[in-house]
Amino acid sequence: MERNTDIEIRLLIDAIYLKYSYDFRDYSGASIKRRVQHALSQFECKTISALQERVLHDPGMFMQLLQLLTIPVSEMFRDPSHFLAIREEVVPLLKTYPSIKIWIAGCSTGEEVYSLAILLREEGLLDRTLIYATDINPRSLEKAKQGIFSLENVRAYTQNYQRAGGRRSFADYYTAAYDYAMFDKTLRENVTFADHSLATDSVFSETQLISCRNVLIYFNKKLQDRAFGLFHESLCHRGFLVLGSKETLDFSSFGKQFEPLVKQERIYRKL
Amino acid sequence: MNQTMHRSRSPIQAVVVGASAGGVEALLKVFGQLPKGFGVPILVVLHLPDERDSQMAQVFGHRLAIPVQEAQDKQNIQPGTLYVASPGYHLSVEADRSLSLSLEEPVHHSRPSIDVLFESAADAFGPNLLAVVLTGANNDGAQGLAKVRERGGITVVQDPDEAQVSTMPEAALALQEPDHILTLQGIGQLLAALE
Repeated sequence: MERNTDIEIRLLIDAIYLKYSYDFRDYSGASIKRRVQHALSQFECKTISALQERVLHDPGMFMQLLQLLTIPVSEMFRDPSHFLAIREEVVPLLKTYPSIKIWIAGCSTGEEVYSLAILLREEGLLDRTLIYATDINPRSLEKAKQGIFSLENVRAYTQNYQRAGGRRSFADYYTAAYDYAMFDKTLRENVTFADHSLATDSVFSETQLISCRNVLIYFNKKLQDRAFGLFHESLCHRGFLVLGSKETLDFSSFGKQFEPLVKQERIYRKL
Repeated sequence: MNQTMHRSRSPIQAVVVGASAGGVEALLKVFGQLPKGFGVPILVVLHLPDERDSQMAQVFGHRLAIPVQEAQDKQNIQPGTLYVASPGYHLSVEADRSLSLSLEEPVHHSRPSIDVLFESAADAFGPNLLAVVLTGANNDGAQGLAKVRERGGITVVQDPDEAQVSTMPEAALALQEPDHILTLQGIGQLLAALE
């Protein structure tokens, strides 16, 4: 017999899918359960069924819940050694392409996008690169487009940037105003921000590099394999797939269709 | 310790352990008593100062008779293996008893959090779980331990008198009376006697 909480979570997730076409059905259960329980206290709902009723009848309420179901924690140059490895191991190979398309899947509020754009500019590649930055959360995408981050966080990002092999002063890339740092607009000239779901949408372009970091940990194996399938389809022959520092292809059926380039930094190449 | 009560309970299919300040030493003392071939999987959350590249799995691996790994996302739990949570990530057990990592906000200023591991493991293993709270300087683990008990699992707290830092065991005891309050040696013996 299933417990009420488990039944109610499934009903809520089904209701969200039927009504709003957001598909959380194959997300990791333990994390979804915590997010939903967090939402209950946030929205002062006694039961998940009560939350479901409100979400079903009020799109604004759903948009608020979406902010809790997605996990927008990101930082610029997160795991500096990862970006250093991209600079040293991937960039020399990317330079052999006349034009480059990059897909940042699950870009959240844009920290990863600006990090890669800065790295590519320093390597002289940004002008011939198109970046597709996608996410399911329209509010995150809106924030990503603005490129405004709190100055307090930027201090930590500065340290990351330096450790990641940054060649200039990090302050060259933003203008500080009050407590915020507005990043150089020209960094996103070649960036297209778009709504895209790894759970329900298909491939939209051929790409040379895909970065999908700390997204797949929230998917179950089935959905993770769907995402790997999309990446495999989108990447050109010998294209690059880069994942979060604790994400791996080891437990996926797609493991054999990629080879590690820098395993420690989760940088793979399509076979 | 009441052995008859023990036998009437469900078989233990997994052990979860939480430790904070003073934890490395305590964990080595407990797990050092487990023989090669010990059959039950163990999942450990140990709070460490914020450093992303921990060598904890190697440290334990060199000093224990049982196999030790850093817990990986989507990994299936193997019998008799000790899994150590990665620093900076929460560790959970899914309904299919595979592991998952997450970057949700810290709980009790901790990521990984003991509560997160214990609560998800309680959901996955129900009465087939044994949970242990050891030495530590915060309140993490108390709620998780209560959840383990609510789902019928066995709960163990290190004797606060023995703990290097007694805050964490005391917080667990304040919330609920566990099945056992034991010294590190007693906890090791209890685990070694499983199955």
